[in-house]
Amino acid sequence: MPYTLQPDEGYDLDIESTDYLKTHVDAPDRWVLNFGPQHPATHTTLRIILELDGERVVRATPHIGYLHSGFEKLGENHDYNQYVCTVSRMDYISPIVNDIAWHHACEILFDIDLTPRCKVVRTILAELGRLQNHLLCVGAAALDLGAFTGFIYGFNEREFIYDIMDYISGQRFHPDYTRVGGVMRDIPDDEVFRTMVRNFIDTRMPKTIKDLETLLNRNRIFIDRLQNVGVISHDDAIAWSLTGPLARASGVKRDLRKDEPYLCFKENWDGQGAEPVKFSVPIATDGDCLCRYLVRVEEMKQSMKIIDQLIDNIPKGPIDASPEGKVRLPAKGDVYGSIEATIQHFEIFMHNRGWDTPIGEAYGAIESPNGELGFYIVADGGRTPWRASTRPPSFIHFQALPKMLEGHMLADLVAVLGSLNIIAAELDR
Amino acid sequence: MAQPMLDHPTLPRVKAAFSDVRFLATEFRGQTTLVVPKDQLHQVLRFLRDDPECDYNFLSDVTGVDYLGYPAKQPGRFAVVYLLVSHARGRRLTVKTYLDPTIDTSGIDPDPALEVDSATDIWPGAEWREREVYDMFGIRFRNHPDLRRILTWKDYPAHPLRKDYPLRGRGERETYRIVERDQA
Repeated sequence: MPYTLQPDEGYDLDIESTDYLKTHVDAPDRWVLNFGPQHPATHTTLRIILELDGERVVRATPHIGYLHSGFEKLGENHDYNQYVCTVSRMDYISPIVNDIAWHHACEILFDIDLTPRCKVVRTILAELGRLQNHLLCVGAAALDLGAFTGFIYGFNEREFIYDIMDYISGQRFHPDYTRVGGVMRDIPDDEVFRTMVRNFIDTRMPKTIKDLETLLNRNRIFIDRLQNVGVISHDDAIAWSLTGPLARASGVKRDLRKDEPYLCFKENWDGQGAEPVKFSVPIATDGDCLCRYLVRVEEMKQSMKIIDQLIDNIPKGPIDASPEGKVRLPAKGDVYGSIEATIQHFEIFMHNRGWDTPIGEAYGAIESPNGELGFYIVADGGRTPWRASTRPPSFIHFQALPKMLEGHMLADLVAVLGSLNIIAAELDR
Repeated sequence: MAQPMLDHPTLPRVKAAFSDVRFLATEFRGQTTLVVPKDQLHQVLRFLRDDPECDYNFLSDVTGVDYLGYPAKQPGRFAVVYLLVSHARGRRLTVKTYLDPTIDTSGIDPDPALEVDSATDIWPGAEWREREVYDMFGIRFRNHPDLRRILTWKDYPAHPLRKDYPLRGRGERETYRIVERDQA
């Protein structure tokens, strides 16, 4: 046998045992299959060691760390604005959401209240990020089951989101758009931005979702491959710390946009009594892969609804919170026009200068497309965080994989993996 | 700095249930942290989940912090942080415990002082997060079902998120072992 599970002794205490495992412990034809790390169906570098009984998975052991590049150590050496370029590389299929999550946590730590314009822009971008993520996830889930067309339907539309990101920030893939208390630069032209987003959600997306649903929703093969596969119950979903579409597909009624509201999901977000954005949170109860697919598709429709409410009324006014203290960058025009702003600019950018940060720790999380993406930041009063700990949803979801998989057939593995939407860069950081 | 507002409704419950334990509590930006002695950590976490008034049914995150050289005085060098959420009551609580090493922290030798009871029997979702804390800080979790390093490999000669580990490493990039094909 080419692979030995390492270390063997660790597995005597197995909390993931399924009933199948209990009754088939002494099966004679067990064999070990190494799945990944380089395999098209693992999407990225995931490795799972599968102990198989014939074609049935008896035990799955994920091995991770192939993409570990010390993001959190880097976070302790980059300042609060620089680190956004690193967090953006975590969940790289919706990078803008990471940016927003990181600076959401920073702004809780620094106690900064954003301007209404910034809140609206960030909310729209976060929902575009959700669309970006779900389009790939739904498409790739179909791809893994052999429906290549579904993948192209989804992937094609992501191009239009790239165009929007390109327009606002100058970068297609990793916008790195947010800054403490604001964004890198204001939107060049509201009307162009509005037209681009309108075109995307009014003409492109409805057609894409219709295409996807026509192709998949009543597709016998798709349903047979997903239904009752990778089931996780309501109580297990909570016990295993699952969040996001995964938990909601198991009937957990929790969405941070509703339960711990932030940005435009909060009551009175513009300071003049604005209502929170209206949307519904889709819940499914079966907890299988099909439910996760359905929840994701429904979430895309809700995201379009959220953008639809905001895009026509982007408030005018400054996009950056006023630069009090040495945390927030002054406007570029002021840097060239006034000595105070020039000094403040240098205070923030020069390495030997100080940031006016508190000594304390805070946790901030947003509802990323995959679930609760949070950052626990310990600040020491200096220009870099003392500790920038991530709560990566992929990491926490991947540990429940053996529980969902064991007892299923080998071919179900790709269905379950596709429904979890594991992003290895976020998993390993 | 403003005085912390210790009005979190869970604090009196915990105090009443563990009258002989010395807790510390603090609050920052509306987030309350409860500091528990490491020997009582497991009991307190179990109480926080099972007590109907507290009802912290969801473990959001487990993480570690190294306070070596931190400007504000801390009760110990390492901290293990549990972020708890109560779905029913819509509350969050940060539970923290501090540990002090007794041996040199530059290597990976096990230190009996850097050990706490694992929370995996309370929330199974703690499993990998605790493995990561072990990997990155060298804090061991007793009764953990599968305590192996998770992001680095078994023989990696340091716990890299400790503050005495330099950002650029200790030359691992230059001095790695080269395995020839015929020796592999």
